[in-house]
Amino acid sequence: MSAADELNRPGEIEITEDLTLPKLLVRQCEKFGDAKVAMREKEYGIWRPVTWKQYLDNVRQITLGLIALGMEDGDKVIMIGDNRPQALWTEMAAMCGGGVGVWLFQDCLMEEVKYIIDHSDCKFYVAEGQEEVDKALAIRDSCPKLKKIIWDDPKGLRHYDDPMLISLKEVMKLGREKDKEDPELFNRVVSKGKTQDECLLFYTSGTTSLPKGALLTHYNMLTMGQNLMRVDPCTPTDDFVSYLPFAWIGEQMMSISCGLQVGYTINFPEEPETAQHNVREIGPHVMFAPPRLYEQFTRTVQVKYLDATWIKRKVYELAMKIGYHTAELKFEKKPVPIHWKILRGLADWACYGKIRDHLGLSRVRHAYTGGAAMGPDHFRFFHAIGVNLKQIYGQTEIAGISVVHRDDDIKFDTVGTPIPGTQVKIGENDEILSTSPSVFVGYYKMPEETEKTLKDGWLYSGDTGFIDEDGHLVVFDRSKDIMILSDGRKFSPQFLEARLKFSPYLRDALIVGHQRPYVVAILCIDYNTVGKWAEDNGINYTSYTELSQHPEIYDLVANPIKEVNRTLPEAAQIVRFANLYKEFDADDDELTRTRKIRRAFVENRYKDIINALYTDTEKFHMETNITYEDGRVVEIVADIRLQSVGEGGKK
Amino acid sequence: MSEVILEAKNIFLSFHGVAALTNVSFQVKRGEIFSIIGPNGAGKTCMMNCVSGLYHPKQGEMTFKGTDITKLSPHRRAGMGLSRTFQKIELFGGMTVLDNIRLGRHLHLKAGLFGSCYYWGATSREEIRVREFIEEEIIDLLEIEAIRNEVTGMLPYGLQKRVELARALALKPELILLDEPLAGLNLEEVEDMARFIVDISEDERWKITCVLVEHDMGVVMDLSDRVMALNFGVKIAEGTPAEIQENPEVIKAYLGEVEDLYVSRR
Repeated sequence: MSAADELNRPGEIEITEDLTLPKLLVRQCEKFGDAKVAMREKEYGIWRPVTWKQYLDNVRQITLGLIALGMEDGDKVIMIGDNRPQALWTEMAAMCGGGVGVWLFQDCLMEEVKYIIDHSDCKFYVAEGQEEVDKALAIRDSCPKLKKIIWDDPKGLRHYDDPMLISLKEVMKLGREKDKEDPELFNRVVSKGKTQDECLLFYTSGTTSLPKGALLTHYNMLTMGQNLMRVDPCTPTDDFVSYLPFAWIGEQMMSISCGLQVGYTINFPEEPETAQHNVREIGPHVMFAPPRLYEQFTRTVQVKYLDATWIKRKVYELAMKIGYHTAELKFEKKPVPIHWKILRGLADWACYGKIRDHLGLSRVRHAYTGGAAMGPDHFRFFHAIGVNLKQIYGQTEIAGISVVHRDDDIKFDTVGTPIPGTQVKIGENDEILSTSPSVFVGYYKMPEETEKTLKDGWLYSGDTGFIDEDGHLVVFDRSKDIMILSDGRKFSPQFLEARLKFSPYLRDALIVGHQRPYVVAILCIDYNTVGKWAEDNGINYTSYTELSQHPEIYDLVANPIKEVNRTLPEAAQIVRFANLYKEFDADDDELTRTRKIRRAFVENRYKDIINALYTDTEKFHMETNITYEDGRVVEIVADIRLQSVGEGGKK
Repeated sequence: MSEVILEAKNIFLSFHGVAALTNVSFQVKRGEIFSIIGPNGAGKTCMMNCVSGLYHPKQGEMTFKGTDITKLSPHRRAGMGLSRTFQKIELFGGMTVLDNIRLGRHLHLKAGLFGSCYYWGATSREEIRVREFIEEEIIDLLEIEAIRNEVTGMLPYGLQKRVELARALALKPELILLDEPLAGLNLEEVEDMARFIVDISEDERWKITCVLVEHDMGVVMDLSDRVMALNFGVKIAEGTPAEIQENPEVIKAYLGEVEDLYVSRR
């Protein structure tokens, strides 16, 4: 299966053998100069613009500063911190100086930081503030290749006088001095680059094993952005809000690959906590986020609905009926009759417009989700309220994207069709294979892994799927996650989990049923919404553990399970479930940093509960330890209730 | 460090014949963190109130920056650079966080009625300066960006405590009285607040002298330069944290409970 050949977009750049991201940056800065805002950051309560010229000036200073500190071709620069202009400057500077940028998730634990710094042979570590500096100082003895730790935010760093530390300001000062000495140096190092040079190294979160570093070239990044925008063009006047981790390929895709090519404005929120507010202030035109963000959106709306007055609830219910109906017609590619159009217009005025505004989606033209499965209910919901939500499928190894929905051809159980320049086929064991100019060069220092994944230019994804009658790719699940039910049928646990997560009361779920007599679920309640429900219904609780084990809460979460069961074949229906005493957490290795469940690990960790679910017992006594972020270990003793979903779950 | 910024000499305070403070004297030096500890009812808050001017001692003398302030009203003392937070939060619950903080700055505003009505010239320049000061120095320092437009009464207790500190800082004081800033906070909030106290004490932009009344011995002993212990309104000891921890009278009066207090946070 290959892409319907979308024509080259007018005005798009030509990707030659010589073109690199830094050269593109220089070119865009010459084009836009001081006349256009390249990025904005909200600081001290005000949106502060950075023009393209200032962007380049800063990158130039940091690049030369790094060179003054001894950066050479191919050196790795590790970055960790919030999304902010300085972060993008350093990343571009690393590439300008001929180096390779590596991003760490900000909440990475010490062990992961150590592994990645050591494995990537990184020489420079660019931290945002004290927390990140502390991480580097703690592990530097075991990472002898690390030369300098650069920091940006001085808060809390007053008494740090380690010779390894240097502030970003000082680096920029060194850069300015270097520039005076040799004004042509910057141009020389930038012009050295070739499009096939490596520019970024991404450590994939790895649902199974140690992180693997995927090496991407300038060519990979440029072609990916170009091919995506051949499907969904962006314009220089667009706004984009960058607030998801830069260590996630999706954020790089929007900020670097697309952002740099088109030259739209990238906006950085003030603090992670204010991101949602700031998104609303900006009203971005494009966004790309993992499903959990959209799940959070629907949860917010559903909770507000429960809280609203009677009249508002009625308006919402009516508007949503209209919305779901017209969205359904759109999915089926049937024309929407004129009276439904009018009703939809009214509902938009009375309801959807306001919801979109509150979610910061009022101007969004393309909203993408990717990185994990999202339930069809979420899709229906967003299309009902008039948000053009589309699925993206891809891996870090293919620079983030190979398949996407087209605007007029959205099927919520598929991920769409390949972007231009991309071919997708189904290999042995229904494995999804893809090839495109954006396929990575290999894993850093892992030739065996590379060989397994990359054969004759085809990327072996490890995902199972098929191509449906309309040419859409359907991703079933990770091959090794697929479960065989009691009736011999293959089923995707991810699909069931995504369906369950449409309930505002459920945050995470683990479905087990592979070669077992029936399907069971371990659920993590959403503390906020369930807590609110408990308060409204006069249920006392002091902790997550206590709340999760209330019989009333079990009855509450049994309802969404019954609803999901109603649409499932008998063998796939969830028969018994238990509420977990804690949420799944990336710090406990239960989730990856992009919040994908690490199934094998979690199943093993809670195997006692799972086994108990396959017996008739109603209580399971457990004792376990929880490690807090500051390293304290707390013992948890709890009785976990095990409950049957009960009747009402039949078709 | 050696200059004395606040001095109390032989302070007596009584309520209807019940002595709250008896002959208490102490000196606070510029730039230090000076803590007052003692069991419940020892007179710590009374001492704070005497310093801030809410109570006037029956006898004794209070000097601030070399000036006798014993008879001055609280607002005059605030004008001299003396600010405080309260044990029980005393914010304006119906106002936003930003308004509460701005209120702390009110004392320093020079604009008259006419200028304020029409927002002209010097008034608008002054407002912009105030805004910059509040945003860049206070909100950024205390990390309350996300709540600046929230109504204070709706905020969790820990954040309200932080807002109260913000308001006290808006005065740009030279000496700040912190009355149990950590009471009722969870471990994470305690760690944050302790960091803020160190920040305002050490940061070049602030360099505020702090007088701290606190029950959390772990924090007191970690942060303080000097500690004074009160018991039944009488000063029983004064010295460095190490000296206080070893002082037999203090142990007898108070520190017996410390282990428990310290443990209760964990």
